Amino acid sequence: MKLHDIAVNNLRRRKGKVFFLVMGLLVGVAAVVALHTTTTILEEDIAHKMDEFGANIIVTPKSEGLSLTYGGLSLGGLSFDMKEISEADLEKIRTIENAANIRIVSPKVFGVFEKEGHKALVVGVDFNEELSLKKWWKITGDAPEKPNQILLGKEAAEWFQASPVPLLEIKGEPFKVAGVLESTGSQDDGLVFMNLPTSQKLFGKQGTIGMIEIAALCKNCPISEIVSQLSDKLPSAKVTAVQQVVEGRMDTLHSFRKFSLGISALVLLVGSMVVFVTMMASVNERTREIGIFSAIGFRRSHIMKIILLEAAAVSLMAGLTGYLMGIGVTRLLLTFLTDHMPKFNLDPLVALGAVFLAVLVGLLASLYPALTASRMDPSEALRTL
Amino acid sequence: MSYIVANQVAKEFGDKENKVSAVRRIDLSIAQSEFISIMGESGAGKSTLLSMLGGLLSPSKGEILIGGINIYGLKRDKLADFRREFMGFIFQSFQLVPYLNVIENVQLPLAVTHYSEAEKKNLATSALERVGLKDKAFRLPNQISGGEQERVAIARAVVNEPPILFADEPTGNLDSRNSEEVMKLLKRLNSEGQTIVMVTHSRRNAEHADRIIEVADGCLRETTPVRAAAC
Repeated sequence: MKLHDIAVNNLRRRKGKVFFLVMGLLVGVAAVVALHTTTTILEEDIAHKMDEFGANIIVTPKSEGLSLTYGGLSLGGLSFDMKEISEADLEKIRTIENAANIRIVSPKVFGVFEKEGHKALVVGVDFNEELSLKKWWKITGDAPEKPNQILLGKEAAEWFQASPVPLLEIKGEPFKVAGVLESTGSQDDGLVFMNLPTSQKLFGKQGTIGMIEIAALCKNCPISEIVSQLSDKLPSAKVTAVQQVVEGRMDTLHSFRKFSLGISALVLLVGSMVVFVTMMASVNERTREIGIFSAIGFRRSHIMKIILLEAAAVSLMAGLTGYLMGIGVTRLLLTFLTDHMPKFNLDPLVALGAVFLAVLVGLLASLYPALTASRMDPSEALRTL
Repeated sequence: MSYIVANQVAKEFGDKENKVSAVRRIDLSIAQSEFISIMGESGAGKSTLLSMLGGLLSPSKGEILIGGINIYGLKRDKLADFRREFMGFIFQSFQLVPYLNVIENVQLPLAVTHYSEAEKKNLATSALERVGLKDKAFRLPNQISGGEQERVAIARAVVNEPPILFADEPTGNLDSRNSEEVMKLLKRLNSEGQTIVMVTHSRRNAEHADRIIEVADGCLRETTPVRAAAC
């Protein structure tokens, strides 16, 4: 017979009370696990989607001057003392240390042509990459699939009245208008998008690239690290992180995390209150029994140990079952919150964390009841002697 | 030679306006291996006196010496150790722990000692043998009779062989046959050398003791042998 035997026996023979105590903490732990796991999974899912949504790194040729801009960024292509990005550089991008984080590489070539009094910028793109990068584009018609097909911005289409007459001559070459972009509110509205090799040939820029837009998955890697690696690989290019995009994404993720932490803290607080009230009631109910312990020579620390051992055992049960229930709830939540079930790995650290948290909260919430029990006057508690 | 000594012990409850004197400046000395009974009407102060002698309730005035040690001069934990080592308690209404079986209840005072598990079990079994309940070791308190519960309480009080036994109305909830058995048991323990201080209402039970002390209105009147009243 040791102190822990007293604690275990009490729990074994008071199953109803143990059940309510476990339930009180279990709900809190399950909620925290569900919130944490759901948030983490959604965060990764959202981060993944956000990283795919538009570029966060721009690669331009190094130059001594600035002349034209695209998306608010300078384009070296029309400046003096310009260095070129070669098509072979594209391959190097996929060889950096963080190559796994590079999701989309969209090279561009620029050229200007004039027709019917309008000057327009032609952008040669790899349509597969460009459409992946600009998920917000909505096309009336089809995306170009053949070398002689082009895509017009909304304003460009109006200038050249290309919609009703789906043929447009650019520098003496006829192009079929495969589709027209719906208004984007950006400068894309005034552009003509063309197949990359075709545009290189048309403007005499074979083998060169005017600019590269890159979408990097950077939730868990510093974007500056990727920029640095790219700069090393592409010495003739200027590599820039689009800070407002990166920071905006990180802000969104941080807000999401803070919200989850706030809710978790609230739920845990409620859980700890349940434990506190139940343990306090249990101590009051066991006044006589605690009086016996004290009378027969248990020290204050012995009585505290019994109460805290009980709390730890109950919290351990609540932590384990709460974790399992939390994972179940997460699966259920994700079916409602996402279109597809994201990749879902059981994290042993979360399991350990849930158990640790449950025991910590259980012990903290039981500390005052245990102190109260240990301070009971034996004769007062027994009221018989 | 005096083993337990109460010097001018008094106990008051309540605040200034509602102060109640439960025990008034009592002097008492009990010899080693003596069996004394404390008798008195309800509210006379006998249980309060027993609690103070047993180290459970500190007196408002005076001191209690056991083996020459002023027990209320000890720190709380040391006093708990002293109770565990030198005193056994038999409470009114048995006061067994309901979720522990008979042998576990008997082992309770040993839970915080340095005995090995095997030694604890042997001591508890031996104590149960002394009270004739070895065969009911694994029953819960609610699965045995009142008389048996009282004997379990006695086994628990003597399991670590303390030199002093305090008993508060040990037969209060028992019929006459069970009462008699319990008193015989206490008498036997006393004959084995244990000092016993017992509170009882029953003159018949009190007469098992070497000396009867009567308490009335917080004051002490002794009989057999008679000592001068303290107030």
